[in-house]
Amino acid sequence: MSRRYYIDFERPVVEMEDQLEELKKLPEAHKPDIIKEIKFLEDQITKLKKRVYKNLTAWQQVQMSRHPDRPDFVRYLDLIFDDFIELHGDRTYGDDLAVIGGLAKLGEQNIVVVGQEKGKDTHDRLRRNFGMPHPEGYRKAIRLFKLAGKFNLPLITIIDTPGAFAGVGAEERGQAQVIAKCLSTLSSLPTPTIAVNIGEGGSGGALAFGVCDRVFMLENAYYSVITPEGCAAILWQDKEKAPEAAEALALTAKKLLKMGIVDGVIKEPLGGAHRDPKSTAGKIGEILKKTLGDLLSKPVDELVALRYERVRQFGVFSDRQESEIIT
Amino acid sequence: MPFTDWLKNRTQKTQEAANKRAVPDGIWSKCTICGKTIFQKDILNNFHVCPECGHHFGLSGHERVMMLLDDGSFSATEEDLWPKDPLGFIGSKPYRQSLNNAIETTGRREAVTTGFGRIKGNKVGFGVLDFRFIAGSMGSVVGEKIARLFEAATSERLPVITVVSSGGARMQEGVLSLMQMAKTAATVEQHNQAGLPYISILANPTTGGVLASFASLGDIIIAEPKALIGFAGPRVIEQTLDEKLPKGFQTSESVLNHGMVDMIVPRDELRETVGRLISGLSPVSSDQNLGDQVV
Repeated sequence: MSRRYYIDFERPVVEMEDQLEELKKLPEAHKPDIIKEIKFLEDQITKLKKRVYKNLTAWQQVQMSRHPDRPDFVRYLDLIFDDFIELHGDRTYGDDLAVIGGLAKLGEQNIVVVGQEKGKDTHDRLRRNFGMPHPEGYRKAIRLFKLAGKFNLPLITIIDTPGAFAGVGAEERGQAQVIAKCLSTLSSLPTPTIAVNIGEGGSGGALAFGVCDRVFMLENAYYSVITPEGCAAILWQDKEKAPEAAEALALTAKKLLKMGIVDGVIKEPLGGAHRDPKSTAGKIGEILKKTLGDLLSKPVDELVALRYERVRQFGVFSDRQESEIIT
Repeated sequence: MPFTDWLKNRTQKTQEAANKRAVPDGIWSKCTICGKTIFQKDILNNFHVCPECGHHFGLSGHERVMMLLDDGSFSATEEDLWPKDPLGFIGSKPYRQSLNNAIETTGRREAVTTGFGRIKGNKVGFGVLDFRFIAGSMGSVVGEKIARLFEAATSERLPVITVVSSGGARMQEGVLSLMQMAKTAATVEQHNQAGLPYISILANPTTGGVLASFASLGDIIIAEPKALIGFAGPRVIEQTLDEKLPKGFQTSESVLNHGMVDMIVPRDELRETVGRLISGLSPVSSDQNLGDQVV
């Protein structure tokens, strides 16, 4: 059997699954004692999977969010939406392939969808700069956000980026400027907006797509002010300490739901979205349709006001006379 | 004898003594950029700019207020907000400890000062980030005070001026800091849609999540000379690309050339320029403004 990619901690599961495959291929596979053996192994695998995947550490979830087999935006685009018409270019400099956007249908509803695309294989990933947009990608996104606002089309954004690209050209063409513009544009866009984080929510480059009426995350996605590696490099001058940094940053879907940063967590199959992209896509589609129904029942002015309230309340501080942290 | 020559002589004479002990605090300062030893009073009298090389030293919020706003016109707002440690963050040292140290050394509760005052007679909302307080980074309190400043300025129909010097979003408050980018940008946008002017001044250094949110949303963006201005820090970019960066990359002069700021204004001209810009952005000079300027 061809080797699938697996993360270190998944090894016992994958090894047992390989054994099962081999057993099933045996000429004697139909014999009662082999059937019994297969059944036994399947039970063991289920138990093991529960043990391995049920209580992932923050770092293991980050690894899952970056799994090479994890479904990318394009995969979900096929599975969730219909009649996609891609729209290219920022009208200023170029067409950034790390951002894909256009018109589509969600059920019967016409929408605009814009997402960050990491690429499906090595060749595609290089083309798409591993999902790290340049300023032209954000400019394209702003253009499409505004298009949605102009024609009262609900906007769905898909977040999946390790971060906005850090490079000379990106800086010279205004990376900070365009991210800020994404934030302000979305904050007042006169149409319903929903964001779904399907994998990596790396810093400002991810947030640029995330100032929406509702924000959802897949179970193994992360959302953070800085990548765990970046944080570890700053704190300990050592990228190997990324697992500790991941823990300290409280970046998992579960924690972010508790903190009220996201509105819902979408469950993934045991072992991650890539083990069953169709069912994962089905769940995302369901939640999008339901949420969109709720949002469309409200006047746009009210939506914009509520969206403002939503971001306005973020933050934890004390307004007492005395400090609570002075020790 | 010109002052600089006198200084050179004087410096040579005191070289031996200086080698033996640290430069006495409060009399002499060594410029961190050109390395020259300078009479500290001459730096202070020169808007905290090195008279030798023009390096703009960092300023506290208080010093910014003194330098930009009309004498005695400033009243601070939201002074009661304190930072918390929502994640119980422990990095190389606990966040609480970093906060305590910063509070102790700066005598301030946070990296931000906000309030209202006048610049050349024009009433404005004013916000400033102090780099000495955890690198001027934006956590919940900084975001909240900036947001409240823009909200108050919107309801009172006043322009806002901010002076920023910041390493970006504050890592130690995790995603809550990230959300301050969204929060501040949303409040600037409301102020913007109300048709009110916002002038953003970028001082050395301005990077990361602060540059990528409210600080980049000014109607007019001013940079102080030779400031480091960029989204990703130069070290990060060097690591990504594995090559040396072009000379002058991410300086005020370079971002001006690339169209990212309106102008570079040396510190001693800042007050005058901002005053003229605010007047210039009003469709007509109001009597009140004129009156105030005459005084």
